[in-house]
Amino acid sequence: MSKPPMSRHCVVVGGGMVAHRFVEALRSRDEAGEWRITLLAEEPRPPYDRVALTSYFEKRDPELLNLGEDHLWEDPLVKLRKRSQVTGIDREAKTVTTHWGLEVSYDALVLATGSYAAVPPVEGKDLPGCFVYRTIDDVAALRGYVERLQQDNPGRQVRGAVIGGGLLGLEAAGALKKLGAASEVVEFAPRLMPIQVDEGGGEALRRLIEALGVKVRTNTATKSVGGRERVEKMTFADGSTIDVDVVIFATGVRPRDELARAAGLPIGERGGVIVDDGCLTDDPSIYAIGEVACIQGRVWGLVAPGYAMAEIAVDRLLGGPATFPGADTSTKLKLLGVDVASFGDAFATGEGALSVVYADPVAGVYKKLVLSDDAATLRGGILVGDASAYSSLRPMVGARLGADPAAFLIPAGLEGAPQTDLPDEATVCSCNNVTAGTIRCAVREGGCTDLGGVKACTKAGTSCGSCLPLVKKLVTVELEKSGITVSKALCEHFDISRAQLFDVVRVTQLTSFSEIIARHGRGRGCDICKPVVASILASLGNGPILAGEQASLQDTNDHVLANIQKDGTYSVVPRVPGGEITPEGLIVIGEIAQDFGLYTKITGGQRIDLFGARIDQLPAIWRRLVDAGFESGHAYGKSLRTVKSCVGSTWCRYGVQDSVGLAIDLELRYRGLRSPHKLKLGVSGCARECAEARGKDVGVIATDKGWNLYVGGNGGFTPRHAVLLAEDLDTETLVRTVDRFLMYYIRTADRLQRTAVWLQEIEGGLEHVRSVVLDDSLGIADDLDAAMAVHVGSYRDEWRDVLDDPAKLARFAGFVNDASAVDDNLAYVEVRGQHRPATADERDAGIGLVDSAGRRRRVLIPAGMVTRGVER
Amino acid sequence: MSQLVCWVQELLPERPVAALVAGRQVTVVRLHDDRIYAVGMWDPYSRANVMARGLIGSRLVDGEDVPVIFSPMYKQAFDLRTGVSLSDPEVSLGSWSAWCEDDQVFVGDCVADELPRREVLAAAG
Ligand code: SRM
Ligand SMILES: Cc1cc2nc3c(=O)[nH]c(=O)nc-3n(C[C@H](O)[C@H](O)[C@H](O)COP(=O)(O)OP(=O)(O)OC[C@H]3O[C@@H](n4cnc5c(N)ncnc54)[C@H](O)[C@@H]3O)c2cc1C
Ligand code: SF4
Ligand code: FES
Repeated sequence: MSKPPMSRHCVVVGGGMVAHRFVEALRSRDEAGEWRITLLAEEPRPPYDRVALTSYFEKRDPELLNLGEDHLWEDPLVKLRKRSQVTGIDREAKTVTTHWGLEVSYDALVLATGSYAAVPPVEGKDLPGCFVYRTIDDVAALRGYVERLQQDNPGRQVRGAVIGGGLLGLEAAGALKKLGAASEVVEFAPRLMPIQVDEGGGEALRRLIEALGVKVRTNTATKSVGGRERVEKMTFADGSTIDVDVVIFATGVRPRDELARAAGLPIGERGGVIVDDGCLTDDPSIYAIGEVACIQGRVWGLVAPGYAMAEIAVDRLLGGPATFPGADTSTKLKLLGVDVASFGDAFATGEGALSVVYADPVAGVYKKLVLSDDAATLRGGILVGDASAYSSLRPMVGARLGADPAAFLIPAGLEGAPQTDLPDEATVCSCNNVTAGTIRCAVREGGCTDLGGVKACTKAGTSCGSCLPLVKKLVTVELEKSGITVSKALCEHFDISRAQLFDVVRVTQLTSFSEIIARHGRGRGCDICKPVVASILASLGNGPILAGEQASLQDTNDHVLANIQKDGTYSVVPRVPGGEITPEGLIVIGEIAQDFGLYTKITGGQRIDLFGARIDQLPAIWRRLVDAGFESGHAYGKSLRTVKSCVGSTWCRYGVQDSVGLAIDLELRYRGLRSPHKLKLGVSGCARECAEARGKDVGVIATDKGWNLYVGGNGGFTPRHAVLLAEDLDTETLVRTVDRFLMYYIRTADRLQRTAVWLQEIEGGLEHVRSVVLDDSLGIADDLDAAMAVHVGSYRDEWRDVLDDPAKLARFAGFVNDASAVDDNLAYVEVRGQHRPATADERDAGIGLVDSAGRRRRVLIPAGMVTRGVER
Repeated sequence: MSQLVCWVQELLPERPVAALVAGRQVTVVRLHDDRIYAVGMWDPYSRANVMARGLIGSRLVDGEDVPVIFSPMYKQAFDLRTGVSLSDPEVSLGSWSAWCEDDQVFVGDCVADELPRREVLAAAG
């Protein structure tokens, strides 16, 4: 068959999640370039992850939700037209028209218009203050409205209500909370999430959600929303009313099938464009996929079946025979931080179904497994409060459990549910319909050697991510089977990872590098493993970091307690806890800088850096600083840097807590704490977040009830925002939680792995870490607390230690045989009233150079002039 | 010619020091097995006199454990016995003979100059 002379044109209406998957799949399978694609999308942005919509409140950057790789839209065969709403289809002429009159002809048309949020005919539903929850624009409008109200009424909390207690309603309630508004959910049915969970689950869910400060009304019909110019109150069917400022309708979705209706295509009883098993409508050139399609008699409101339809339509366009296999309504959600999962025959409607239930009302956990009549085969289940078993249970639906069902329900320890071998056919990633077999094959035959490779090649774990722990386990097992050891080697001297080495050192109680490398490594170490061992020894409280052999392990920065600069001089950064400094302190620093000719700059960490100190000048500079009450700021260490603060309630008219006070306390508590990478903290006095706490490894933001704790943020090369670990903590609980978080990180992270990456990589992720630090799920909390107590109790200022110890002071001699000689290579030029190292060209020219005291440069050590040497 | 630079007790194993030998800056190292080496102070990569602030360790080269010094600036490794960079034979710290006698550490003649040869900064004006 010869290739068609010109590629055919496929027009996709809608630029949502399913449309995105369709384009991606067609471009990757259509190697010959048979089809060129035009995407007509109504929204003003490329396809984004609607499932993660609520995270927009944290990230605030719509681009972070974008799906897939940008280069998809640069493909010459793909054209994405944003802000293009299709208003009509001419099936005769095979063209579509957009709202601004563009006519586009097609060879194949794919309808992927999704759904719209359905709003019941409640009186007042169009008043300003009423919102739906479907698109980024909806969410942005809601946020803008709430923030405006907050600005206009600074003293009072904005009151929000959500109509609908299903998945969307709870997402929306969470969004209101994140915005700082009071949040109340109104549900018509007798329980929350009536479609996913049973009565017991609904009850547990209600308790958990109420404990988070969200009010819940079930069995309640909303009659009207009232107010003069905007929303002010809501009236219920029983005549009672509540005062509200904002109402979100989360009352379900309806397929956006209006184009198809107008074009005369058959529509399902409850909406949706009717398609056959190949996703084809009544018209042989028109397909419908995703939430707009009615397939096998029903519409699917989930992304996984939509993705399956996208793949099928692609296959059909390329002449393949794929058919819709039916879909799974299993879901695992995290709503307001509460786990809810429902899978298989969750309501035990199958014949002879048995249910095993575990409920712990105190812990807020409800778990139910639905089994076959002989209690051997898993049919489905509901998990509320703790859904950690979901990723191992869901793929086993239809399979024999192979263990006592109760074992799957008991609160999980480190390992989670018992691990039985999954059959190859079991679906592991339901979002992307990837089976255990496909994952194993990607490793065995596809050449994938790590989790990232498997994700890229199979798409497993790339949507909701709930399957990732299981995918990772499968990958590791498979790699090990094929004899590939997943290399965790630290460097050529140690075959184990930093975390393993930490455990070895802790358990064996070895305290010297020589012993450690002799027993657990080879050779004499390098610039990688030596500082790692030094840091581990320091974290385990093995005395001052410069004592004995430890001194030879430290990188020059740690060794001389300052940071090396490009010309071999050092910088000095005194600690300024919380960024608070007295005028006297400022004057002292200024005088020292003047006297030693140091360049000064305010750092990004709210303190002052003094640059250009020669190694031999360091002790004298510290002496002056220490005498004035300063201490080392550890700018050199893989340790706590700064706790950035905003001025908070002390001065700021919006501050609700003393952020400076807390920042100082935290900085003094964790100063000197050695860790796998540097640690930065921040404390903001209110949600305006002037301390940028969410850009820190640990961020604390004041609320009127206490402190919200965020973890895992950083700036640097790959900036990340910290994520919420716990809310409204009192100061004592906050400090204890931070203690544990930091200690657990120190014990288990890899070398140079900051908290964000650590949270991503650690098995079980944030959830696991939360359970360890808040619920002591590993039973190690006492141990972590004790380790931190040792650190706090044994802290000493490292600068002062050097000043008090003549042996250590000797290390700061410029030359071992001449303490007073200085490097003859230092040369500076003036800049903006200070001086900086001369460049190579400036040196070559030799003009305008000064020494660091600002004098014209002279040669400080004339060649051949040697002191204290004896000739032999 | 040789010059006494310090007592061996002043040299912590694997923690180099800087010494002035005939007006040139030299890095002197005592290994954990008490072997003593001297190489140049000038780091040809960062173009600064910093080598004595570097870490000491070993690298496996053709099956042999070679004692090395790492630049504290950008971490390149140099063979302590010859001063030559492990990643580029054209780059070297230069090396000096060095030994210990009666607890005293001596540095002798320059055995190999640094590479590339460094122009010493002339006195300005
Ligand atoms: C002095 C300062 C820049 C300034 O003039 O403001 C600075 C200077 C250096 N930074 Fe920084 N960073 C400084 C604030 C920051 C900040 C801003 C902040 O802390 O709010 C960031 C982004 C926030 C963060 O870390 O998440 C920052 C992200 C980095 C990174 C990237 C870290 C990452 O996770 O990607 C490095 C590289 C590294 O650590 O591996 C780095 C490394 C360095 C080093 C240590 C590079 C080096 O080895 O020479 C610089 C030498 C410091 C010195 O000589 O004193 N610096 N650095 C700031 C000192 C703050 C302080 O008071 O201690
Ligand atoms: C807050 C929230 C949370 C969710 N959580 C989950 C979850 O956890 N798990 C899950 O499986 N599902 C979840 N869903 C549902 C999931 O988002 C949808 O199933 C999925 O987005 C459907 O994809 P789609 O492409 O069919 O439709 P959509 O993503 O809605 O895309 C349709 C696109 O077509 C555009 N469009 C419509 N008409 C036209 C026209 N005439 N011309 C041009 N463009 C048009 C629309 O503007 C829209 O951008 C959630 C939904 C929301 C809102
Ligand atoms: S951004 Fe780069 S150049 Fe600037 S201080 Fe940080 S590390 Fe140095
Ligand atoms: S199950 Fe959602 S990404 Fe795999």
